[in-house]
Amino acid sequence: MSKLIVSLSPHQFGSNSVKKLMFGVLIALLPTLFVSVWYFGLGAITIIVTSVLSAVFFEYVFNRFLLKKPSTISDGSAALTGLLLAFNLPSNLPVWLVIIGAFFAIVVAKISFGGIGNNIFNPALAGRVFLLISWPVQMTSWPEPSPLSKHLLGYTDVTTGATPLGILSEGLRSGESATKLISQVPDYLQLFMGNAGGSIGEVGAAAILIGLVYMLMKKIISWHIPVSILGTVAVFTGILWFANPDKFADPLFHLLSGGIMLGAVFMATDYVTSPMSKRGMLIYGVGIGLLTVVIRVWGAFPEGVSFAILIMNAFVPLINMYIKPKRFGKNKR
Amino acid sequence: MNDVITATIITVSSVGLAAAVILYWASQKFKVFEDPRIDDVEKELPAANCGGCGLPGCRNFAEACVKTDNLDDMFCPVGGNETMAKVAKVLGREVHEKDKQVAVVKCNGAPQFRKKINEYDGVKNCTIVANFYSGDTACQYGCLGFGECVDACNFDAMFMDPHTGLPVVLENKCTACGACVEVCPKDIIELRPTGKKSRRIFVSCVNQDRGGTAKKACSVACTGCSLCLKECKYDAIKIENFLSYIDPHKCVLCRKCVSVCPTDAIWEVNFPARKLKPEENSVKLKTIKRG
Amino acid sequence: MLKTFPKGGIHPPENKITADKETVTLPIPKQVIIPVSQHIGAPAKVIVKKNDKVKTGQMIAQSNGFVSACIHSSVSGTVFKVDNIPDAGGYKRLAVVINVEGDEWLDNIDRSEDIIKEINSDKNEILKKIQDAGVVGLGGATFPTHVKLLPPKSMKPEVLIINGAECEPYLTADHRLMLEKSEELLIGIKILMKALSVNKAVIGIENNKSDAINKLETLSENYDNISVAALKTKYPQGGEKQLIKAVTGKEVPSGELPVKVGAVVQNVGTVFAVYEAVQKNKPLIDRIVTVTGKYLSNPGNFKVRIGTSVKELINTAGGLPENTGKIISGGPMMGRALITDNTGITKGTSGILILSEQESKRRSLKPCIRCAKCVEVCPMGLEPFFLMALSRKTLFEKTENEGIFDCIECGSCSYICPSDRPLLDFIRLSKKEVALIRKAKRIK
Repeated sequence: MSKLIVSLSPHQFGSNSVKKLMFGVLIALLPTLFVSVWYFGLGAITIIVTSVLSAVFFEYVFNRFLLKKPSTISDGSAALTGLLLAFNLPSNLPVWLVIIGAFFAIVVAKISFGGIGNNIFNPALAGRVFLLISWPVQMTSWPEPSPLSKHLLGYTDVTTGATPLGILSEGLRSGESATKLISQVPDYLQLFMGNAGGSIGEVGAAAILIGLVYMLMKKIISWHIPVSILGTVAVFTGILWFANPDKFADPLFHLLSGGIMLGAVFMATDYVTSPMSKRGMLIYGVGIGLLTVVIRVWGAFPEGVSFAILIMNAFVPLINMYIKPKRFGKNKR
Repeated sequence: MNDVITATIITVSSVGLAAAVILYWASQKFKVFEDPRIDDVEKELPAANCGGCGLPGCRNFAEACVKTDNLDDMFCPVGGNETMAKVAKVLGREVHEKDKQVAVVKCNGAPQFRKKINEYDGVKNCTIVANFYSGDTACQYGCLGFGECVDACNFDAMFMDPHTGLPVVLENKCTACGACVEVCPKDIIELRPTGKKSRRIFVSCVNQDRGGTAKKACSVACTGCSLCLKECKYDAIKIENFLSYIDPHKCVLCRKCVSVCPTDAIWEVNFPARKLKPEENSVKLKTIKRG
Repeated sequence: MLKTFPKGGIHPPENKITADKETVTLPIPKQVIIPVSQHIGAPAKVIVKKNDKVKTGQMIAQSNGFVSACIHSSVSGTVFKVDNIPDAGGYKRLAVVINVEGDEWLDNIDRSEDIIKEINSDKNEILKKIQDAGVVGLGGATFPTHVKLLPPKSMKPEVLIINGAECEPYLTADHRLMLEKSEELLIGIKILMKALSVNKAVIGIENNKSDAINKLETLSENYDNISVAALKTKYPQGGEKQLIKAVTGKEVPSGELPVKVGAVVQNVGTVFAVYEAVQKNKPLIDRIVTVTGKYLSNPGNFKVRIGTSVKELINTAGGLPENTGKIISGGPMMGRALITDNTGITKGTSGILILSEQESKRRSLKPCIRCAKCVEVCPMGLEPFFLMALSRKTLFEKTENEGIFDCIECGSCSYICPSDRPLLDFIRLSKKEVALIRKAKRIK
């Protein structure tokens, strides 16, 4: 026996690790990955591979050679950012734009803030919004989804169309009624399965919900953020719809279309950029829900999840400061 | 068109006037009288805001200097006697000179003298370790070697010697602010007068165990054998708890105690090198050079 | 429906290897080292000197103040020396070393195994006997029991809660005690109820010890007002405040004593010691210690005289395995790593756990990813990540407002952290520093 090891208690540690949590989220994203490849084929594969590889590449190069820090790619967080960025892009985006997006996400939104754990904004969403504002034309042309066999070889030369939210937004502006417009988009079952235009990963609500259940079971995330976001969106749009079904779409349509599912389950629950206390998480979720609906209904963009999450990200330090968990043995004053 | 311009001029000037009145009123109403001498004193201070004087910053020290009657209680360790003389001049008072001091690390337990008996695995922070247990060697008094004193030093006057694992004080940079003394959980560091020509002699050990136990834990520990006590003709050495202490004010730097110490626990600093017998301790040679 | 505390908690692997190993009495060692400070409070004052002959059960150090406890010789023999000897933390403290000669007990101690049901002592006698026997909290906190039985006048105890949760992984000493000495425990509870003048007692036991729950449930039917509460297996179920919350539903206010909500908690080991002290006149000179570890060849539960060296105990349990990394006094969550196996068992040693080198190494620290898992598991509703950040930046004063003194040091936060951050180390540092600041303020 050599020298005894001495340290402070506890002497036993859980099997949790950053790597395990990140790969847990990656596994939860697999159903969504499958749906996106099914409907967008080669385009989806190209963008996902490019995005993941370039995100990991940038993380490695910048940490290793510029900051001379130990490389952090093995914890899977860069790969996760890359995958989430890809899921937020249309499937016919040129590859060079994807690389720029990954660069912005990893280098500007993450490493320049101090690397993992220190970024204020969700890197993947920051990358997406950067692309959306800088290249709006490319970022808003959505390929029509079709089962895998049809467009295995197609990539940029696919037919494009509008997203359900785009149809609604355009139509309402030209004075048509919401009920009529909704009849033009794919029905709810199709939306649920993912057969609608949109970003690669946002279309399949069913697949995302499977991922949510997996993450809840594995205790990777708690229910507070997704449920509060989806609940707020449902309630808020429900009130609007109840007041005037001609001008506003029904809650189910809002929940199933656009990026709200992906945003609520995978983007807003990002550890680093979400609040620490349960009550804080609820406030954060409600804020995202409200902002999303406000942007969707009254804003210039048809979709507002990314903006809503980024805006609420900025509020997280404030929420952490003022919303503390309930302390044991401390009653409300 | 003209109407717009006139209206703008009128509104802007009236807003400006109103603001001026409010500001003037506020400055009169909430005026705080501050002794102008505080500013004058502050200008003479080094502005290091190190807290070495016992007050949070230089401004507070200046305030205290202005308020107090007796400047002898106040001392800026960074600026030293020079600064205090200037402060006294500003305030028109007298101040007595104080001995210049320097921080001294009183542990010589490099790994070759002090064997590790267990392995610490955890946060490298002296206070955490000291609160928890005696340390990874058999000497419960000695340096832990995690360098909290180095982190506490505001003047880059300390560094950890990679060979000995002990902190080293750079005499020319040390301002004797006492930050390291404050932070050391084992109370190893002492502020001592720099001495004539920066020469000084001190016991580099704080071990209060009985001779045998101390020697077993660390081969360069002070065992309290009292050889130095017998050798000293100036009554500068006293032994308490098996630990010898040299009073810097009584010590005449004769160096006799250094040569009699059987464990080489007494150090001499900045003396001209004497002829060393080849078998004598190499560490001592190094320290003399290090100064 | 299992009772539990509402917030936080973790479920580490239980590893109760020794749960069905019957308690074995360890042979008396050749020499014992008995420190005079085995409890919280003032160290006891030594009343023997070198070469004195002592008998088993004889007092060798007198309690020194209200919050203090007497120390008794656990063996008979000659005092070898009274000297400063390194304790488990390496710091030298006063201890009495006794060389063993035979096993001659004091005459007034009843050494028979008979169970004495009749409680003849009145309230004051009980307290006196407990104090004289040097009984302290045997769950690990070692708070003198008689102090706990004399709550401040303004607060009235209503319920006695017996802590049989033993939520620490590996440890089974309390579990075995509840199985083997059930009847004595119930009498001990009766004694404590009399001492506290309460007419309700609840024994809280974690659900993973169903045999103990069943046995005590059946037996307690013969005793009035004693019931058994099955608790969910969750760490730290045995924390004093958590246990009170689980059993009574009341929350002890921050910074207050449990008796504020009318509850007094005693560990099962303490209850047994109280039984022995009051009914048998036997001072606290031995206790049950679990010696365990995955690589130990013969782990078990041992009845050990206080002062027996850890080495001797480990040798009985099969000797120190080759790959030993850590020897822990207590459980893996709150126990203390020993710097040598050459220290004695004290009143607070509930277990000796031996971890292999691989199990004992900490993983290196990685950046905080703000996953909020520490906030989720903290049973006291604190924010460990924030406390650590403040402590690291030496902003100790701020941690006071964040409830640093509510921390029970259960270690759940360090356990759960995916980035292996030493949260509790820094929280402890801050606690210490804030205590110093408070003290300094009081002096001013």
